[in-house]
Amino acid sequence: MVAAVACEKVEKQYTKGKEIVEVLAGIDLSIEHGEFLALMGPSGSGKTTLLNLIGGLDQPSAGSIFVSGKNLTEMKAKALAKWRSENVGFVFQFYNLLPVLTAQRNVELPLLLTNLSRKQRQKNAATALEIVGLQDRAKHKPSELSGGQQQRVAIARAIVADPSLLVCDEPTGDLDRETADQILGLLQTLNKDHGKTIIMVTHDPRAADRAEHILYMDKGKLVSGSGVAV
Amino acid sequence: MKLFGLVWANLFRKPTRTILTLLSVAIAFLLFILLRSISAAFDSGLDVSATERLVVVAKYSQIDRLPFSQKQQILSIEGVDGITHTTWFGGIYQEPKNFFAKFPVDPLSYFDLHPELTLVPSNALQRFSQERTAAVVDIGLAEEYGWSIGDVIPIISDIYLRNDGSRAWEFELVGTFSENGESQNFPLFLFHYEYFNESVAFGRDQVSNWQLRLNQPDRADEIAQLVDALFENSPDPTKTASEDEFNRQFARQLGDMGFITTMIMSAVFFTIVLLTGNTMAQALRERIPELAVLKTLGFTDQTIFLVVLGEAVLLCVVGALLGIAGGFVIGPGLSAGLSGVFGSFEVVPVTALEALVCSLVIGVVIGLAPAISAQRLTIVDALRS
Repeated sequence: MVAAVACEKVEKQYTKGKEIVEVLAGIDLSIEHGEFLALMGPSGSGKTTLLNLIGGLDQPSAGSIFVSGKNLTEMKAKALAKWRSENVGFVFQFYNLLPVLTAQRNVELPLLLTNLSRKQRQKNAATALEIVGLQDRAKHKPSELSGGQQQRVAIARAIVADPSLLVCDEPTGDLDRETADQILGLLQTLNKDHGKTIIMVTHDPRAADRAEHILYMDKGKLVSGSGVAV
Repeated sequence: MKLFGLVWANLFRKPTRTILTLLSVAIAFLLFILLRSISAAFDSGLDVSATERLVVVAKYSQIDRLPFSQKQQILSIEGVDGITHTTWFGGIYQEPKNFFAKFPVDPLSYFDLHPELTLVPSNALQRFSQERTAAVVDIGLAEEYGWSIGDVIPIISDIYLRNDGSRAWEFELVGTFSENGESQNFPLFLFHYEYFNESVAFGRDQVSNWQLRLNQPDRADEIAQLVDALFENSPDPTKTASEDEFNRQFARQLGDMGFITTMIMSAVFFTIVLLTGNTMAQALRERIPELAVLKTLGFTDQTIFLVVLGEAVLLCVVGALLGIAGGFVIGPGLSAGLSGVFGSFEVVPVTALEALVCSLVIGVVIGLAPAISAQRLTIVDALRS
């Protein structure tokens, strides 16, 4: 069976003035469908960069990335954008909701790129909000919601188009312990009950413990962990 | 269309800023539509169709005088029902800043041709026609200078010397006139032509213009041509126009109205481009991470370009629509108010369409740079910012 995510000798370099900074140095990684994987490591180890590459937000300097068999490194920007809209959901540390839109309309955003009718978009968004337990906050703007509630809306937005892969960058980094536990519980539910493959970058060992596997990174390399580093 | 809600919501991210910008755009387009309408009226040429009154002036310059002998010849044209005249007198009341037009007129024919003017007191016209030094003034002038019936008003002439070599003229106020109880837009000081004609040292038996009343308004164009044909080969050729056109010709002496309005509008739009462009640029800077999130969700670079450009265009078009609506509301009243100075004008749909097209172009000009910047944003860098 094709892996959910497969990275082959992935490298990423940035040019900073005349200096070339190596962020990822030949990452090989395979993640199966339905896995919940935590990526840990010190700041600057390349966790977020790897997450961005897997999520199709950036392209590697060398190597290949396959998601459900699709080679992302061969896709042009427009095709990659379409692929993202259909296959990946993103959850950020600071929620990144649009402050001018209500929770319902924030969740609807990814569906604007589909051919769904307005009514169907609203229905799907309502369902996603129900999954995260925020159906009664649909008409509220982000500024009227707590941090935890905003992150739930962000998760609803991430799953509304029913992607198979969720990439989460420090999803609990801005939340108190209790709220963070609730968000992690929600992610576990999405993983177990809805079959989502989840890759989560975190600094928090307690958050990482909620994942099935943990991979550690340092200086652009996978150094150890319970995941399937190949 | 699906993205309109997003564009609209983004536009009102900071309502106060957007409303202020919208107002400035609306006022610019209100100015545009009014000035374009006035300018169009100036450019419309001689239109004498269906007018009851015509004005005959010297063909080459309104400064030139016309001989009194033309009166009977004009009256002999079929369709001309009445005739009167005015003459530019100039003159200063106390000091040069007290400017108002002073015309020697024939009292009876003047007020016969201007039934819209009401004289008070009731014997004013009788006294005006019978007393050589009598004068009547617009009610607004009387109020402004505190004149009462019986007051003697001294005027120092800056054009006409008297027979005795002096420049001092004295008039006794015998009445005031108004139009529907209101002061005129171009308030007048009228005095007896015979007194003027007998007293001047030069320029006797001449007038600045003839005003004709027609009993067949639908023949106005033909009668205007007949009048001009009558004097075409004389030493004093004429140009006949409607009162509106006469007023416009008078205002045209101020300068090229088309050029003046174009210059004003250029300055206004240049300011609007800078102001709104700055607003758009600021709005873009504030939400770079949000645009990155949209790209993350799958919005293509082209879609982001259109969203940002759409905001600028929408801002300008909504502002323009407000200005256009204001033009249609204010235009008729302003036209009536300024008709004495500029002639009447009309806000027409074509001008509104011009404004709308102009707003689209300005919107694109304003939005292009921010839209290109937004299009070029890389997700990773923008999210980091």
